[in-house]
Amino acid sequence: MNVSVSHVTKRFGAYQALADVSFEVESGELVALLGPSGGGKSTILRIIAGLERPEGGSIALGGEVVDDQHPRERRVGFVFQHYALFRHMTVADNVAFGLEAQKAPKSEVEGRVNELLRLVGLQGMERRFPSQLSGGQRQRVALARALAPHPKILLLDEPFAALDAKVRGDLRRWLRELHEETGVTSLFVTHDQEEAFALADRVVVVNKGRIDQVGTPLEIMDDPASEFVARFVGEANVLAGTPSEAGARVGPLDIALDHAASGNTVHVVVRAYDLKFWRDDAHGVATVRRVHPLGDRVKVEAALDGVGPLFAQFPRRSSLLHGIEPGCRIAVQITKARAYPA
Amino acid sequence: MSSPRLQRTRQASHSLRTAPAFNVAPLRFPPAARPVVLVAPIDERLRSTREMSSISHVGSAHATLAEHRWSAGRLAIMALVVLYLATILVVPLIALAVETVRTGIPAVAEALRTPEAVFAIVQTLWLTLIAVVVNCILGVAIALVLVRQRFPGRQLLDALIDLSLAVSPVMIGLSFLLVLGRDGWFWPVLDALGIRVAFAFPGLVIATLFVTLPYTVREVANVLTEVGEDEEQVAATLGASAWRTFWKVTLPNIRRGLLLGVTLTAARSLGEFGAVLVLGGSIARKTETATTYIYGALEERQNAGAYGMALLLGVVSMLLLIAIERFKSRSSDA
Repeated sequence: MNVSVSHVTKRFGAYQALADVSFEVESGELVALLGPSGGGKSTILRIIAGLERPEGGSIALGGEVVDDQHPRERRVGFVFQHYALFRHMTVADNVAFGLEAQKAPKSEVEGRVNELLRLVGLQGMERRFPSQLSGGQRQRVALARALAPHPKILLLDEPFAALDAKVRGDLRRWLRELHEETGVTSLFVTHDQEEAFALADRVVVVNKGRIDQVGTPLEIMDDPASEFVARFVGEANVLAGTPSEAGARVGPLDIALDHAASGNTVHVVVRAYDLKFWRDDAHGVATVRRVHPLGDRVKVEAALDGVGPLFAQFPRRSSLLHGIEPGCRIAVQITKARAYPA
Repeated sequence: MSSPRLQRTRQASHSLRTAPAFNVAPLRFPPAARPVVLVAPIDERLRSTREMSSISHVGSAHATLAEHRWSAGRLAIMALVVLYLATILVVPLIALAVETVRTGIPAVAEALRTPEAVFAIVQTLWLTLIAVVVNCILGVAIALVLVRQRFPGRQLLDALIDLSLAVSPVMIGLSFLLVLGRDGWFWPVLDALGIRVAFAFPGLVIATLFVTLPYTVREVANVLTEVGEDEEQVAATLGASAWRTFWKVTLPNIRRGLLLGVTLTAARSLGEFGAVLVLGGSIARKTETATTYIYGALEERQNAGAYGMALLLGVVSMLLLIAIERFKSRSSDA
């Protein structure tokens, strides 16, 4: 079931939470709403579910405008960050709640509850109470509960934020599999770009109540639409420069750009993996400050002459790292960069 | 996940106005001398207040400290506290019991069997029942409105709920008299309808409802705030009607707060004196309640009736107190 959000605006008092937000989610897609905390991502989700009323704009689910529908009529599955399990009900009663509310026959309820508990891997936990479950198990109960009444779409608000890193990784993989199995159109909120890119078919980048970019993870990484997006997704250098014939000039470097830069000054954004360092004692343009081993990668921090800090990451065994040590002079080559108006 | 629960305990004991929150952290009472009301909340605070690490450390390690490091100053403070609590809490109750026995159990039993005394007891029980039922329903409704709705004037309403805690019940009774009494503002209407409020049963009901208003509202509102709205919102997205959500989700979550609030309401109804005296007039076998009966009996020097009724009220209140402590400890364990 596709979701269409068009021109939605929302204020909380004087605070403009959302300004003219529009995007589409295709049927069967898994889409991430990615952005910093307080940017309005959760508000979008809550408006789609009907838990918040927008001042303007419209929401359509499966082509049907639902603006005047109560949350209970929208048939949206909602998973809260803190699970919001019914604390006085057993796991089975939690999962059955939606079906019973919709007056499904008892035999059907039982079958569906068993089916979902199997799907989320919680067979045998039917009679437990939420307080007897781990965080990851609670989140899976919340998912089963949301999926039980066959929702048109599944909305997940920071579904993994309250879990520790290990469980988060497992649940992330598991959610992707679950999505492939059920095929329910899903929209989830996250402030973690790694999570968004690992899980989502497409990513909607939300910042300060606006949508900066909608695209596949690759499009967003390789072709960020704004300086904000470029800086938010992945570690990046941001260097002040001036437009030049080749692209942009930053201190001693002349950087080639995919597109023409305009204006008097520009911000050149270079990802940590889009530049090369190699030792060059005679003609180097930067000095290495620190070398950090980061597991399978190594981060090198340098000072670019006349400009300032510049960093890059290399695979641990990269030949580029030969001879690189704090204090040495290095040559710098930038392989890919984008410039944004300063 | 334990902190909200502890917070609830703290809120509960906070709103229990009869239990002042003394932070006499390092002090413990020998079990026999532990006055139930005052000490239990302090203990709970001790265990719950993580940020008061130094104090809770003293509390948890009190066995060693108690044996080895009780300085004279600490002993003096403890003696003072025990003495103070004994003077204001325990001694008067003992005196009442002793005097009742000295007056003679048969005489007391006789006095409590007179029609006046029986009437006063029954009347008080009716008032308590009405207060409990009305507060149970309206208290939950008001708490839901205060906590879940956003509307202009909400904070003013919130503050007004506590009005009856702040003002004297005598003043409340007088104010109602000016509105509902003979030649009061609404007298023409009431008179035309043939309704007597002041110096009649309805007056007692109004006075009791006014003084008991905050208890259920506060307890339920605390729990509602703590539980949050997420579960109710999930229920809505799952297709549940407001009615179903209330019965299946909200009510089970607020149950303990409601029980505590209702018990406090009952205790307050039993003990109310000023407002029912002024608005009811304490007319024997008409508007006399248990408390005003005691007052009347004392004035007429019928000590047996006064002592007996006072002891009866005391015992019932003690039972309610035990119930309150139960609810509180269970709501923190749940």
